[in-house]
Amino acid sequence: MLDDTARRKLVEVKNLKMHFPIYSGVLRSRTGEVKAVDDISFDVFEGETLGLVGESGCGKSTCGRAVLRLYDITEGTVTIDGIEIGTMDQQTLRGYRPMMQMVFQDPQASLNPRMTVARIISEPLEEHTDLSDVDKLARVHELMDAVGLNRDFANRYPHEFSGGQRQRIGIARALALNPKFIVCDEPIAALDVSIQAQVVNLLEELQDKLGLTYLFISHDLSMVRHIADRVAVMYLGKVVELAPRDALYATPKHPYTEALLSAVPDPDPSVENRKERVILTGDVPSPSNPPQGCNFCTRCPKVMEICKTVDPTTVELAPGHFTACHLYTQTTTMTADNTVAQEAQKSDQQGE
Amino acid sequence: MPEAAVIRKPRVLSRVFSAVRLPVGDPFAVVGLVIYALFIVTALSAPLIAPYDPTEILYTENYDLASDLLPGEEGHVLGTTSLGRDIFSQIVWGARSALLVGLTAAFMVAFIGSIVGLLSGYFGGWVDALLMRLADVAFGIPFLPFVIVISAFSEPSIWNTVIAMALVLWRDTGRVIRSQVLSLRSRGYVEAARVSGSSDLKIILRHITPNILPLSFLYGSIAIGWAILTEASISFLGFGDPDAISWGFMLQDAFNSQALARQAYHWFIPPGLAIILVVSAGFFISRGYENLLFPKLGR
Repeated sequence: MLDDTARRKLVEVKNLKMHFPIYSGVLRSRTGEVKAVDDISFDVFEGETLGLVGESGCGKSTCGRAVLRLYDITEGTVTIDGIEIGTMDQQTLRGYRPMMQMVFQDPQASLNPRMTVARIISEPLEEHTDLSDVDKLARVHELMDAVGLNRDFANRYPHEFSGGQRQRIGIARALALNPKFIVCDEPIAALDVSIQAQVVNLLEELQDKLGLTYLFISHDLSMVRHIADRVAVMYLGKVVELAPRDALYATPKHPYTEALLSAVPDPDPSVENRKERVILTGDVPSPSNPPQGCNFCTRCPKVMEICKTVDPTTVELAPGHFTACHLYTQTTTMTADNTVAQEAQKSDQQGE
Repeated sequence: MPEAAVIRKPRVLSRVFSAVRLPVGDPFAVVGLVIYALFIVTALSAPLIAPYDPTEILYTENYDLASDLLPGEEGHVLGTTSLGRDIFSQIVWGARSALLVGLTAAFMVAFIGSIVGLLSGYFGGWVDALLMRLADVAFGIPFLPFVIVISAFSEPSIWNTVIAMALVLWRDTGRVIRSQVLSLRSRGYVEAARVSGSSDLKIILRHITPNILPLSFLYGSIAIGWAILTEASISFLGFGDPDAISWGFMLQDAFNSQALARQAYHWFIPPGLAIILVVSAGFFISRGYENLLFPKLGR
């Protein structure tokens, strides 16, 4: 999976911003915006799994949805398989939908309770293919086999299945059109632990067989460690660290990543007891009013003066290991120039 | 595997029927359904049941006007009016016009309201703003005076009631369905359909409409009662169609002929009772629907 020869960028996200306007007052005037995703860039290579982790409300789901253009993005570009879809209108985009699909968090809510499994799985086929009913059914059976569902259950309704089986139905639907890229939006968060492993293994198996590329959104760090090739850590709408899996888990650079990883319990009690927990104080600031400078400066245990005024730039510390933190940018000469530019930008925004 | 031989696609009709699901669990609703069944059978077979033409002026065997006969006299089950018309036949034919007005008005209200609610809730933005401001205007129109104005400006006809209801009463249905659509359109499966590239029309038809149909029927069944009541009021006030026999017209006729003063209860109680029965049957049924739709409300 991680051959360097096949490292083609399938998905390129550049400066993605997703801001939701806040309206208030009698005249519903625009009084601000929730910066759910604020200037994010990353690539996903063909055949790999990019894990996207972060705590609740940090914008990871919004990011996944924005990449698939479930929202009209505020700014930035999203290129999938060489096609720029960030600015495409929804009508044109429909034609490109087959290459990118999504597996949803809550399998109960994402399946229409009034439709049979066969109709749910064949819905994308009806939209994008002219298959006859017989061929469609054959394809549905093929997909049900692929995700490990008994094909005799094709005419049953979602409520007749368990959570894990429902998620398999969701995966079969996502696979129906042979997509290249699948956004898995917390696909295991709503499942029992024993079922989580099954679903994750199924996703891995399908990736090997079909050459899929995943953006795997989760807050479960150990599960991401299991499935992801590279991991991006998000905090308050920004990617604070992006690194190959092993590098990230072994040598986290950003203080937030350190804190996050120290919160993962260890099964060995002796290790667990000796472990140094980084306990963050305070709450996540509101994304509608992020702090000045680094977003993490209000809670960072290693906060410095510069953090409170200047937004850190992303630097590459080791090949493929990026982080946005002043602990690592201070020595670089570029910072000074950026500081001026960014502060000018800040005062512009405040003037508005 | 006989079960999985085909992808079962419910036809539109069976989809509608599964959405309608008669509320047979609720005793009130069952009473309502029975009354409705009687009412519909009466309306459909009015020519068979009614012994006389409801507008025909009848004479006794000695060629006197058969006016103000008491129930039972000369074979008239409920007696006759001052003009010598058979009251029982009028009740039977009145069911027919009540059914006609009730069903068409209910259909219009449910249909227009559902379309408005779907468009408004699904598309939002200026479509929503425009339609909901229109609904606000409709909410501001006093209903009965509006019907009277319409009747005054056009030929007297039972259709005036239907038109007025279609123009004004879609507002409640539209509002309620809009709010339902607002919640439905953010459901996971709608998002999933969007990811798979379904068009707005297909999403509305496949995922949203089946889920709001029960609500449409609830508001439709309420509208049947409203329509019959309104038509009766309009006829009673004298703006009705003098050629169409309706229960409201009978009440007006009785009122104008001082039936109350002459204690001719057999004349004005039956149409009043008929109106009460049918209208309350409509509310019983809608109550049953409410239990089906919102089982958590309890009572």
